[in-house]
Amino acid sequence: MDASFTTEQRACPAAAGPARAMPDSVSVAIAGSGGSGVMTAGSWLLDAAARAGLYGLMVRTSGPQIRGGEAAALLRIGGAQCESLDDAFDVLLAIDWQNVHRFADEIPLRPGGLLVCDADGGEVPEVFRASGARVIALPLKKMIKAIKGSWVNMPALGIAGTLAGLPLSALEDAVRHGWSRGDEALEASLRALREGVAAIAADAPPARAPGTVGQRRWLLSGNEAAGYGALRGGVRFVAAYPITPATEMLEWMAPALSQAGGCLLQAEDELASINMIIGASFGGVPSLTATAGPGLALMTEGIGLAVAAEVPIVVVDVMRGGPSTGIPAKSEQSDLSFAVGGLHGDAPRLVLAPTSISDCIATTQWAVELAEALQAPAIVLSDQFMGQSRAVVCAPELPAPSARREVASAGTEAYKRYRDTPSGVSPMAIPGTPGTTYTADGLEHGENAVPSSQAGDHRLQLDKRLRKLEQHAYGSRWADVEGDAPLAVITFGSSTGPVREAVQRAAQHGVQARVIALRLLAPLQPEAVAQALAGVERVLVVEQNHGAQLLRYLRGAIDLPGRPAGFHRPGPLPLRPADLCAALLEWAAAEEQTA
Amino acid sequence: MSTVAARVEPGSVAELMAQAHAFELEAVERYTELADVMETHNNREVAALFRSLAAQEAAHARGLLARMGWTQAPAVARSPDMPPAPALEQAHYLMHPWHALQIALDAEQLAFAFFGGIVQRCGSDPLGEAAREMQEEEGEHVALLQGWLQRVPQPPADWADDPDPPRYND
Amino acid sequence: MNDMCHPPGLAPESFAAQDYKSGTKPIWCPGCGDYTVLNSITKALALVQRPPHQVAVVSGIGCSSRIPAYTSCYGFHGVHGRSLAAATGLKVARPDLTVVVASGDGDGYSIGGNHFLHACRRNVDLTYIVMDNHVYGMTKGQPSPTTEPDWDSKLSPGGTGVRSFHPLVIALASGANFVARAFSGDQNTTAEIIAEGIRHPGFSFIEILSPCVTFRPEQREWRNLVHPASVEPTDDAARAARRIMTDDGFNIGVLYAGQRAPYGGGPGAAVRTVEELASEFAL
Repeated sequence: MDASFTTEQRACPAAAGPARAMPDSVSVAIAGSGGSGVMTAGSWLLDAAARAGLYGLMVRTSGPQIRGGEAAALLRIGGAQCESLDDAFDVLLAIDWQNVHRFADEIPLRPGGLLVCDADGGEVPEVFRASGARVIALPLKKMIKAIKGSWVNMPALGIAGTLAGLPLSALEDAVRHGWSRGDEALEASLRALREGVAAIAADAPPARAPGTVGQRRWLLSGNEAAGYGALRGGVRFVAAYPITPATEMLEWMAPALSQAGGCLLQAEDELASINMIIGASFGGVPSLTATAGPGLALMTEGIGLAVAAEVPIVVVDVMRGGPSTGIPAKSEQSDLSFAVGGLHGDAPRLVLAPTSISDCIATTQWAVELAEALQAPAIVLSDQFMGQSRAVVCAPELPAPSARREVASAGTEAYKRYRDTPSGVSPMAIPGTPGTTYTADGLEHGENAVPSSQAGDHRLQLDKRLRKLEQHAYGSRWADVEGDAPLAVITFGSSTGPVREAVQRAAQHGVQARVIALRLLAPLQPEAVAQALAGVERVLVVEQNHGAQLLRYLRGAIDLPGRPAGFHRPGPLPLRPADLCAALLEWAAAEEQTA
Repeated sequence: MSTVAARVEPGSVAELMAQAHAFELEAVERYTELADVMETHNNREVAALFRSLAAQEAAHARGLLARMGWTQAPAVARSPDMPPAPALEQAHYLMHPWHALQIALDAEQLAFAFFGGIVQRCGSDPLGEAAREMQEEEGEHVALLQGWLQRVPQPPADWADDPDPPRYND
Repeated sequence: MNDMCHPPGLAPESFAAQDYKSGTKPIWCPGCGDYTVLNSITKALALVQRPPHQVAVVSGIGCSSRIPAYTSCYGFHGVHGRSLAAATGLKVARPDLTVVVASGDGDGYSIGGNHFLHACRRNVDLTYIVMDNHVYGMTKGQPSPTTEPDWDSKLSPGGTGVRSFHPLVIALASGANFVARAFSGDQNTTAEIIAEGIRHPGFSFIEILSPCVTFRPEQREWRNLVHPASVEPTDDAARAARRIMTDDGFNIGVLYAGQRAPYGGGPGAAVRTVEELASEFAL
């Protein structure tokens, strides 16, 4: 049985946590019910942080209502790139208390933190009072009543921004830039913004110093990043069926593709979208679709067809709480087993996972390049946290596009589509090319593409399709390996951010650990993994799911040193650096005693 | 398109011969298809018979070209009253040579009737004369086939029985 | 024979029907209507004169779906019921190709039913040929959506009791731009209808009655039941709808040839580089 660390949700014991290490940041939450403009305020706050030369991360959470529901914008702002939420919030600004207590688990408050609310908003809910944060009650609604045409999220923005250490100029710029209504309303709103700033002046911290001057920064979401990465990889055809939390990726791609000379087609369902991209790719055009767990489940037959017929496609799975309909608007890393193993037959395929919002660009680009080069389907495991969060990131250094599909030349003598080759990749004839016509087939086939039930043909094709993936030179991008220690933490996807932070903190407590953040999950390369684990005695596998999927997968596929342990906790709450750090310290200590 | 197309009466002997040549070639194609499908289904005897029928039709077609002094027959529109090609849908994987000859006989009889119709309509003009000649030839083919039919064994009543049920594949 | 026989650069001046056949021997039962449908398709392609390498034949699963490999065109033999989806992706991404889709009544109207509706709506320039034999042939004879409600079978003894599907009504109601019915027994008429469908812009749907001699031997009678439609095709959807209401299922010919503009959402010229698209992220 794996040694696993607590899987139940716990209220964050931030007070008991170790002293915070880098990055130096402030965490601010703005909450309220429908009509109060919480999400807009959050977006502007992040934008203002960017304008102030800082980095930030914004996660949004809301009730199930389409409009008018309770909502909260959760931000972390600092001088360096944030890839994880902090353990607790320094500030909670509650415009009102309608159902905001539902977010209590997601908005743990620091005991020394601030809780700002409307003086006329009623009692602070017990769960927030219990945090020990200091309460500041301000007349928010009265403020905007006095300024005709303003909205209650404006003073909230002023307050939150000031408490985050942002200058007024940055806040005003963000509002001006994002304004879509008339000039009169803008002026009124800016006045309300300044009212808020003035109201909190007594508690305002010193302004934050901007980050590294001159460093180019971008502001984007993981879904947008993945869409951009896909285009860089060469995708020019997308079939789309909307599903939370992937829809924004498709919506971003629709106009972008068109401008890049491609097109997006809305499909009637996921069964259509997966087959459409296979058809388009069969026609020679790099193709992609994006979905979430339930959609991926529908697409599996199609993905198998792409394996058998050797048609390159990319499917981005923006993972969410599962199983079945699960928790659509929350993040989880529970589609891993399905992605690496969920096809009938022996069906090797590529599975990749970006490690951060920024990495969504390069990893999606890489997925397209690999799919094209290896004529195979690639599943990209993103998740709701990365997909729907927005972040200010360092402008990424991106590899030049290098996708290349090996195509057959016109008039190839005795062309065999599925010819056995040393690499396992056989040139693909593109429709329109004379002399190389063939029929692509999900049926097993001989080298000449003719359907076959012969043992020799099946064996040859199975070997070919496996070999082409296993023997490819993936280079060093298959994982980020950081640090040198006999203890190693293995993780993937959005867990990477909190893991990195936890490891940094653990170092301050004298516990060193190596971090291996996997980017290429399938195929696993035993030699590369062995190299990454050179000198490692013990391994802790960290993931955000209930079934320890990555741990089980690794144990089944490769040799792990010692007795591998797992920290696996399902969604909907994000993994917190403090929890991971505590687990890391506990694990390090426990193993030492038994050694 | 959906209504019955009007009959296109050959306007000349050349046109008539071109039509005749066209449906000889169709017959070659069709007998070859029948031979192929019989071979795929392991009915070699009937496959061989269809191949010989195909060869005969090919010979007729060549003879037609020679008679007209053509190296290639002129293109001709397909008239709906031209005899249809031998019936592909009458094939059966267990069919006997008798059945194959029936298919051929039906085809020849339809050809015979086709020329007969032109003879009736055109009487003694050159077109009618040409049609009469062709009709005579078809008559000979019909007689030949009827003779063969007398000599091949009639299939037993259970000729289509197969103890094995159909197998599925996909 | 495919156009491989010609030296590159010296394509034949014209393609005969035989040029569209691969020479691979079909495994259909002797007597199957699909043999003549294959002939009709290749004849139709010869009428249209598209080079075989610029034609793609896309199919699903079933006896009729075996057809791509029997042609010398590019073929895609996909999974059950999804031929229209694959064909749609192919044609939208590659508008320069002529795309013919082949299905059977099970593949096309049952599991493929949803894609059928939306393909008609979408009106992408495809030619969809469904070989209807009122049965699932490949899996040993189960009722299909077009089977009569009282047809006895092992899977549904005594019949399904479910009203059969009327594909021409559905196609017309969903927006197909060309709706026709043909009969495999008349190779030449079928070839002409298919050629017309290929030429007609937008989604052309051709239902071809194609008897299954193994599981529905009584369908040999169809040749006596089919009859040419007594009226000319119309471009008025309402008129076509009234006609289809009195259709006996054996009317042969083109019912409707409409004027709807085909799907216009394909790739266009690039107006920005990919790097330029990232400018919206830059601060």
